[in-house]
Amino acid sequence: MIDLDSCDQSLFPTVHRSSRTDFAACLQCKSCGNGCPFVSAMDFTPNQIIRLVQLGMAPQALESATIWICVGCNTCTINCPMAIDIPAVMDALRHLALERGVAIAEPDILEFHREVLHSVERYGRTHKLEIMMRYKLKTLDLFSDLGVGLRMLKKRKLDLTPSKIDDIHHLDPVFKG
Amino acid sequence: MELSYFPGCSLKAQGHENNLSLIEFSRAVHVELIELPDWNCCGSSSAHAIDPTVAALLPQRNLSLAPKGRPLLVACPSCLLRLKQAHLALVRDEAAQAAYEQRWQTEFDPDLEIIHFFELFSRIDLSRYLDNGENRLNNIRFAPYYGCMLARPPDLRFEANYHGLMESVLTRLGAKALSWGYGTRCCGTFLSVAKPDLATTVVNGIVSGAMDVEAECLVTACAMCHLNLEIRCTLPKRIPILHFSELLSLALGTSDPKRWFPKHLVDPRPLLKKRGLL
Repeated sequence: MIDLDSCDQSLFPTVHRSSRTDFAACLQCKSCGNGCPFVSAMDFTPNQIIRLVQLGMAPQALESATIWICVGCNTCTINCPMAIDIPAVMDALRHLALERGVAIAEPDILEFHREVLHSVERYGRTHKLEIMMRYKLKTLDLFSDLGVGLRMLKKRKLDLTPSKIDDIHHLDPVFKG
Repeated sequence: MELSYFPGCSLKAQGHENNLSLIEFSRAVHVELIELPDWNCCGSSSAHAIDPTVAALLPQRNLSLAPKGRPLLVACPSCLLRLKQAHLALVRDEAAQAAYEQRWQTEFDPDLEIIHFFELFSRIDLSRYLDNGENRLNNIRFAPYYGCMLARPPDLRFEANYHGLMESVLTRLGAKALSWGYGTRCCGTFLSVAKPDLATTVVNGIVSGAMDVEAECLVTACAMCHLNLEIRCTLPKRIPILHFSELLSLALGTSDPKRWFPKHLVDPRPLLKKRGLL
C-alpha cells in the first residue's frame, strides 16, 4: 500500500534536475533489470528504483542497496528502449542519500569510494595498495584477500610506491574549491 | 604520427604488461605516443559515485594539459568515457567553458580529438606491416572480451563504437575469433573489492563461458577487466587472459614480449609456446 500523502514531492524534480535524464519516459519494460549482471545483489531492480522516484518514495529509494551495487556499466542504458541514462539516476540518488544523511545500505562500497578519492586527493592518481590496505582496516576485514594481495605483489601487479603527479597543488580547484 | 597518450592509473601502476605492449606495438606501426605531462586520475568509478564536483573537475584538468592539434589517445575504456563526457559537457555549455578557462588558465579546445586505442586502426594501414596470407598468430583460438566498453551512456550514442574490432584485427593477424555469449558482460569493476563473492560469480561465468566454446585464451582491451578476470576467477581449470595489445605486439614482433608475460597471474607462456608464438 502506497500512502501518497506521505510521499516526497520534491524527489522527482530533484533527481530529474541532477541526473539530466528523462526517467518519466520509463515504460516499466524491465529490460534494464533483465540485463543487469548484478541484479541478484540488488533489493530493487533499476525500473523499480525509477518507479520509487516517480512516486516520491524517498526512504525506499535512498536507503536501497541497489544505488550502491550499480557499477555504472551502462548495460541497462544500452538495453533501455527509451534511452534513459539509468546510471545517471543512480549517481543522483547516491549524492542525495549522502546529502540527506540517510542510512547507507552498503557502507563498505561507500568506504571504498572514499578511499579512492582520498588517494587521488593525496597523489593525483590512485595508489591501489594503499587504497586496499586502508579499506581493509576501515572495514575490519584484514585477512580475506591476503592471498590474492600477496600474489599480486609478487607479480608486481600492485606497486609498492604510488605514481604521483608533480604539481599536486594544481589539483586544488578540484578538492579545495 | 604523433599522439598524446593518457595511460590512466590502471596501466601506469598495475597493468604494466598492457602499457609496455601498447607502447611497443604503437612504435612498431610508427605511432609515437607522447605521455600527457603530469596527467591525473580521471575519477574512475568512485568520483561520479559520491562527488559530482570532483567527478566533473578531475577530467577537466587533463583536458587542460592536452596540447592543441594533437589527438589524445586513451588506453582505458573507463578513462575514455570520463574524458569524453567531460569534454562534451564543456562543448555544450559556454558558461562552463568560461569557468574552465578561468579555473585552469588556458583556452578551451572544442576540437580536441579524444580517441580510444582502438581508433588507431582506422588511422594506420596494418597491411603495410604484413605480407599477404601471413598467419602470425598461428590460429590461436580466442574469446574476444569487451566488458562494458561497447555500452555507452545516451549522450555518447553518436560517438565511434568498436563492435567486432578485436575480432577483425586479430583475425587479420592469424588468430581465430570465437563466437560466445559473455563478450559484453561487465567484469564487476570495484565490486571485486567490496563484494568479492559477487565478482567471483560473474567472473567464473565469463571464463567458463569462454572455455565452453573451446577458447584457448580470453582477450581483453581493459586493464581493470584483465585484473578482475585474473584475481577473481576460482575455477579449478583456467585459461590465460591476454591483453589485446600483447597479442598485437607479439604479432608485430616487437622487442621483448618475454618481459611482460611473467606478470600474469595465469601464465600464458605454456599456451604461447605450444602455438609456436614464443
